[in-house]
Amino acid sequence: MYDFTYQKPASLPDAVKALGTEDAKALAGGMTFIPVLKQRLNKPSVVVDLAKLGLTGITVTGDTVTIGAMTTHETVANSAEVKRAIPGLADLAANIGDKEVRHRGTIGGSLANNDPSACYPSALLALGGTVKTDRRTISADDYFQGMFTTALEPDEVITEVSFPIPQKAAYAKFRNPASRYAMVGVFVAKGPKGVRVAITGAGQNGVFRHAGLEAALAANWSADACKGVSTPADGLNSDIHASAEYRAHLIGVMAGRAVTAAG
Amino acid sequence: MDAAFEGIGASVRRKEDLRFISGRGNYTDDINRPHQMHAFIKRSDRPHARIVRIDTAAAKAAPGVVAVFTGADLAAIGGLPCGWQIHSKDGTPMVEPKHPVLAEGKVRHVGDPIAVVIAETRQQAKDAAELLDIELADLPSIAGVTDAVAPSAPLVHDEAAGNQCYDWHIGDKDAVDAAFAQAAHVVKLDLTNNRLVPNAMEPRAALGDFDPSTGDYTLFTTSQNPHVIRLLMGAFVLGLPEHKLRVVAPDVGGGFGSKIYHYAEEAIVTWAAGQVKRPVKWTAERNESFVSDAHGRDHVSTAEMALDPQGKFLALRVHTLCNMGAYLSTFAPAVPTYLYATLLAGTYTTPAIYVEVKAVFTNTVPVDAYRGAGRPEATFLLERLVDTIAHDTGLDRVEIRRRNFIPRDAFPYQTPVALQYDSGDYVATLETALKAADWAGFPARRAAAAAKGRLRGIGISTYLEACGIAPSAVVGSLGARAGLYEVANIRVHPTGSVSVFTGTHSHGQGHETTLAQLVCDQLGVALKDVDVVHGDTARIPFGMGTYGSRSLAVGGSAMVKAMDKIIAKGKKIAAHLLEASADDIEFKDGKFTVAGTDKVKTLGEVALTAYVPHNYPIDEIEPGLDETAFYDPKNFTYPGGCHVCEVEIDPETGVTRVVNFTAVDDVGRVVNPMIVEGQVQGGVAQGIGQALLENAVYDKDGQLLSGSFMDYTMPRADDLPNFTVATENTMCTHNPLGSKGCGEVGAIGSPPAVINAVVDALRDYGVRHLDMPASPQKIWSIINAGRLPVAAE
Repeated sequence: MYDFTYQKPASLPDAVKALGTEDAKALAGGMTFIPVLKQRLNKPSVVVDLAKLGLTGITVTGDTVTIGAMTTHETVANSAEVKRAIPGLADLAANIGDKEVRHRGTIGGSLANNDPSACYPSALLALGGTVKTDRRTISADDYFQGMFTTALEPDEVITEVSFPIPQKAAYAKFRNPASRYAMVGVFVAKGPKGVRVAITGAGQNGVFRHAGLEAALAANWSADACKGVSTPADGLNSDIHASAEYRAHLIGVMAGRAVTAAG
Repeated sequence: MDAAFEGIGASVRRKEDLRFISGRGNYTDDINRPHQMHAFIKRSDRPHARIVRIDTAAAKAAPGVVAVFTGADLAAIGGLPCGWQIHSKDGTPMVEPKHPVLAEGKVRHVGDPIAVVIAETRQQAKDAAELLDIELADLPSIAGVTDAVAPSAPLVHDEAAGNQCYDWHIGDKDAVDAAFAQAAHVVKLDLTNNRLVPNAMEPRAALGDFDPSTGDYTLFTTSQNPHVIRLLMGAFVLGLPEHKLRVVAPDVGGGFGSKIYHYAEEAIVTWAAGQVKRPVKWTAERNESFVSDAHGRDHVSTAEMALDPQGKFLALRVHTLCNMGAYLSTFAPAVPTYLYATLLAGTYTTPAIYVEVKAVFTNTVPVDAYRGAGRPEATFLLERLVDTIAHDTGLDRVEIRRRNFIPRDAFPYQTPVALQYDSGDYVATLETALKAADWAGFPARRAAAAAKGRLRGIGISTYLEACGIAPSAVVGSLGARAGLYEVANIRVHPTGSVSVFTGTHSHGQGHETTLAQLVCDQLGVALKDVDVVHGDTARIPFGMGTYGSRSLAVGGSAMVKAMDKIIAKGKKIAAHLLEASADDIEFKDGKFTVAGTDKVKTLGEVALTAYVPHNYPIDEIEPGLDETAFYDPKNFTYPGGCHVCEVEIDPETGVTRVVNFTAVDDVGRVVNPMIVEGQVQGGVAQGIGQALLENAVYDKDGQLLSGSFMDYTMPRADDLPNFTVATENTMCTHNPLGSKGCGEVGAIGSPPAVINAVVDALRDYGVRHLDMPASPQKIWSIINAGRLPVAAE
């Protein structure tokens, strides 16, 4: 990696200020960022470590699960409250990467990076959650703006993420055989925001909602309902592991499995 | 009272594991020398280009940089030599273009080294490498063998017309043609053997050191054969005499063949250490491993079998195009010829075989031996062809194999493709495997899977391989530029403990245990009193290293010979001490006794006498108890066996799971059953990896698309079931141990068993063959294209 200045501020304002430096980058769990640095694909001037800002913890109220941005996947996966309120979310977290990654990687880091193959974006979008930052609240529908692109300003820090508790929700992932990122991941939710289906891993522009599946599942919440919905291959990724057509097919299969898992 | 049995046949725990699992291994990158510098190698990111200009001035001026070298600086030293020469059908020698240590004039594959930057730190070297101003002019390029032999294909080397390295053949073409003319059936199959990246856990590394006061060079390197590297690099590349060059291969974390070869980086750091008069270290980053470690496999073949009405094999005809990559790696030309075509009789009595092999250059990383080396390619072709014969003729897959097996009483058996098998019992391994795998119960399991919506298939492979490499005169006559004997020095110390200095090299195999067990067995010494020394040309005699499952069969046999000498000498010393005739001395369990008496001297007592020769027949024998033996094998060894694989396919996603895997192998005498099982398990894991997961994918121009673990699918523990592993052994008849070798059998026998199972699972979809890897996408495409099972139409 290239040389950079490392800072570990103790307050949110200090972190935001540090991130105002040109070419400053925030470090959460580092599970994507550190490999990127090691491969010299990024040359930050300052790396601002968010670990001392106290942005961890899980709060469940009557209708909302709120997770601090620096909460690790392992914590979410093992949280009895999350398992009770949104078991599909705990399950998603439990299957991100491997154990080492889950102990370092954070929900805020995943959402800020918005890797088109990451798992969490599909949960946020399907559940209709909100991202709270140092300065505002952004709804999921406004937050994702294409792969590796979000509504966040360069110096904006996610502080917590909130999910309305659904009646039913689950995530089904088809892993890329090599990387084990989502080649196709489908999060289905039925809740206060209606039936919402979000697809990750498949789209050229990152996570997206699937209107056809949403309509079918709104009419008939069952795995069988997914079978009648075809997904056009246009706009889906194609690579050595999966053609766009294969991904389109897997969206239907994974949606059905997610609905079955959601009950 | 008796100590636990530690000799041949005991599953003693591995002596080396305490050091490995407690983080005390000593790998090349762990070694640091005073005033050490670091090398970073700038590699080509283009598959084929002319080097227009290299400006090193800015890099040389960068902080910490001591030197920058390019091909022009190294032009005076030799290219990397090839260790095997093949002659084409027409008698001409293979085309052998220079393989420069740093590119000269052109780059020919992504990863081809262009320049080396040497700096105080690795970081500084890397920073400075970004300041190299290199202008490349792209040239047309090719990656696949079929493209390479197309009439208008761009040339990788101007001197290799048609990109041909050699066009070789073996067997009796006329006899094969005659048999085909009279055949009741002919079954033909086109198939490819997918290209693999070895991916040893420890990346390659090299550390060169030079002592200006003596002129001595030392190279620490991740090698399977330090003496081979000393010879190749010293004599052919750098012009250094053996007594001025020490090569140390310390702990090495996996090789699988990829660390046999002499690589450019070894020559670079050794030469550069002499230039800058300081030690120079290079350690590969994983991305460099993908584009600089020799790859494996990469064949495109057509196979045809002529059959009589009863399904007896009459003749086999094979045509293979094999990829050499951009340059010839050390062993490369031998792999698709003498380690492949000669194996195509397999376990069968096919009376006539004719094989043509055309080796071609492409703009890809050099291809060389990878676990199994030629034999997995031969086995995949033959065992897929046998299943395809069953498919096309309707004969039972097991029955057709039984009808064509070489019978157990037919050994020694001369094949029509040069090899003479010494021993084997293919029916025995077949029967044991069928029973262990419950072959007969499969239909019920298939039906149960079908009830759950799963496609279940079972596959078999009855394979043979040739290893224990190799008789020197034989390989010499076939083009090897080296002997392939092995050596051992057994040093009994004055108080009876033993050091073994072996020319073989352990990089995961467990030699420090297995070879020590031979001493326990033959000299009656406790395991704790035996240490095995390997991997340092300054300590061990000139041996050829470890590959081709040779360490026990060849290296162990050298140990037996050396220990025979120890015992013979010990008998003379004991006879003197016991006042008897040497002819009357017996040696057993570490004790010399006068036959028929209770007069005894232990090995320790004899050894002490040998080193403190106060009461000693000094006029007749020399002091000391330290013997060396070289052993040149009389033949290859021929392990074989039967692998049975059972898979379940999810038709919705195309995902294949291996649900059962049974390997019953004939590896000859087993020294440590636990280690043999570990070797077989590892080999089977790699074989399943090749069959289902691994694939080195180049685009048509030569960019490696699967250049990292993000895209190259290594098998993981959860991709594999628990294996059932057993042996059913016949003894090798020509070496003193009876051992055949076990390092490669798992990777050789398993891939066709897996694919045969996948094809079986998909039989209702009209699938006759599919190439490896059987990825989810490939299987889904088949299922999706068929939509409905054929049987339902």
